[in-house]
Order: sequence, then structure tokens, then C-alpha cells
Amino acid sequence: MSEERQIQLEVLRYNPETDSQPRYQTYTVPCVNEWVVLDALNYVKENLDPTLSYRWSCHMAVCGSCGYMINGEPKLGCKAFIHEYGDHIRVEPLANFPIERDLVTVVEDFIAKLASVKPYLIPKEDKPISAGEFRQTPAELKKYKQYTLCINCMLCYAACPQYGLVPEFLGPAAISMAHRYNQDSRDGGRDQRQEVIATDEGVWECSFVGACSEVCPKHVDPAGALQQVKVASTIDWYKEHLMPWVKK
Amino acid sequence: MSRKPYIREVSKTSWFLSQPRYKRYMAREVTCIFIFAFTFLLICALGSLGKGPEAFQSFLHALRSPLGVLLNLAALVAAIYHSMSWFDVTPQAMPIQRGEEFVPGNVIVGAHYGAWAVVSLIILIWGI
Ligand code: SF4
Ligand code: FES
Repeated sequence: MSEERQIQLEVLRYNPETDSQPRYQTYTVPCVNEWVVLDALNYVKENLDPTLSYRWSCHMAVCGSCGYMINGEPKLGCKAFIHEYGDHIRVEPLANFPIERDLVTVVEDFIAKLASVKPYLIPKEDKPISAGEFRQTPAELKKYKQYTLCINCMLCYAACPQYGLVPEFLGPAAISMAHRYNQDSRDGGRDQRQEVIATDEGVWECSFVGACSEVCPKHVDPAGALQQVKVASTIDWYKEHLMPWVKK
Repeated sequence: MSRKPYIREVSKTSWFLSQPRYKRYMAREVTCIFIFAFTFLLICALGSLGKGPEAFQSFLHALRSPLGVLLNLAALVAAIYHSMSWFDVTPQAMPIQRGEEFVPGNVIVGAHYGAWAVVSLIILIWGI
């Protein structure tokens, strides 16, 4: 059924060249029920107001660039269906991030944090290409597969009150990504990553609100990953201080 | 073009009022006040025990006052709520992989409730 419905789309706007603070602007958008909120934004951009700025790319929940606060909840614009909402939808830039312009946020902080956990395979020992690939069993793959699904959409950072209060916090996705490589049987970089994640600004800043896992569109369960990192780091500590003769 | 990012301030004192899930989190955190009160009571009990049988008797008497009963009841409810909210998330925090598959969450949660019941039973029998 392609029913059309008039939606009041209230968008938080901010123009750094002329505005001293953000303001709301409401557009009346004729929406088809199968649309997602991103379609409504595209309609505004194409038909009503070409100055509206927002990020998007894939329109299929893969690229992770269309995260907005939709009625106060961090959501992917391309996964938030119009039929799930009433006739008034409020769209704001992702919470906890500075606003660059309109719905576009400043994400350098997250990118730097993600890079700091070395989110790539660090082999245990170098081996020449002629020695062949690093092999893995299906069970070893299953161990970390869930964490590979992260699309870096930052919804978890927008949901995390701790990140809002303590901007130094490494945050859910970066630590989950570290956990993903630490759990990988081919990887030998755990000690290097622990120096970054098993710290006050790392996993110990997390107070397990659990909001990150509730909003994650890919069911990565970052909150689970962080608790696992806490458990493993605690075991490390006991081994190091009470049983120094045991090798980690 | 120069950049001028706008930063939305987060209230340090009332942030948790903005979302129901933050309020639920706060409710869980607040349980620690009652746990603290109960622990304090335990220390008082030890203290009065050290002072002799009379002091301990009067401490026990004070515990039977409405305030004492209320405090214990509140601590019990808080401890149960806190424990249950932890049991619910144990499959996330402590997943167990057997071969290729993960042990279903309800088995891990169930094991925790089972262990809780057993320990409670032992204490109950021992106490009577
Ligand atoms: S963990 Fe989930 S919410 Fe966070 S960035 Fe990855 S996909 Fe997005
Ligand atoms: S546009 Fe790519 S995730 Fe929404």
C-alpha cells in the first residue's frame, strides 16, 4: 500500500557562518509509508530546501553515515521507517557530538579513538607470503564474528551518557573493535591494545548503562564486549600481582 | 571557510532525566545506597557484639523497631533488584562457547538463579 501521508519534519539547523546557535525548522513533507526518514530528508533537499546538510551514502544500513537523533533516539535515517512514527518527526544531529552544520556532526574524536585501538590484525609472528594464509576454524571465526558487524555509525556514542559527560572516554565501538581483534585466533596484538583499553579512559569509564547495545542497529552488543574486556582485564591484574610466575 | 562547531552542553546533574533507559540505570545505581546502609548495620552489629551481650541485646531490640525492619526490607528489595539485573546480563558479560555455538543465554541466566537458590537454601537451613 503506497499511502501518502503529510509529515511535519522538524529538523535542527545550524549554519556556522550565520548562526550563533542551532534552531528548529519544520518542513511539510508528503511521505509514502514505505519511506524511511532519510527519504523524507532527501525530499526536502530536492524539493523544498537545497541548503539542508546531512550525511548519507548507501541507503541500506551498511555505510554507517546516516545516524541522527530521531524523536530523541539515535537511529539510522535509512532504517527508521516513516510508518513507525506519527505525523510529527523531529530529526537532530547525533547527541554527544559537536555540530558542524545542520545534521552533520564533527566525528574526528571517534575516528582518532578507533585508530588508537589498532583495529587490524597484528600477526603473532611475521611469516613470508610463501608460507601461506593464516587459517582459522569456523568456531574460531564465530568467537568474534558478531563484532565485525560494526559499521562505525556512532549511534552507541550518541546513546552513551558516559561519553556525553566524559568526552575522553574511548567509548563502546572503539573498545568493541579492540575486543574483536583480541578475540581473533590469528592476532597477537592484545598486549598493545590493552595499554589503550584497560585504562581509566578506556573500559573502566564504562558504568554499564547498556544504552549502546539497545540502540546498535547491527546487534554488535558493545556493552557485552566491554564487560568481557573488564572481566579479562581483571583476570590479567590478578595474574600479574598474585601469580607473577604465570605467563599471561 | 573557517569551522565553528556548536557544542551542546550535557547537564552534569540532570542528564539521567532525559531518557527512560537512563532512569532505569539510575534506579539500579541507587540500590547501592541501601546495600551500603545494610553493610553499615552489619558493622554496627559487630561493634555491639564486641561491647558485650547487653549491648548486643539492645542492638537486636533496636533492629526490631519499625525503622530497623523497614531498612532491612528496603535493603532486601534493593539487593534482589540489583542481583536480578546483573543475572539478566550475564550471557552478554560471560558468554560460553561450546564448539561452534554459544551456550543459550537462558541457560547461563538459569544457572545463576539455580546457584542463588542453592546458596540461599544452605544459609536458611544453617540458620534454623
Ligand atoms: S557498535 Fe553498533 S552502534 Fe556502535 S558504531 Fe558499531 S554498529 Fe554503530
Ligand atoms: S545511508 Fe548508509 S547506513 Fe544509512
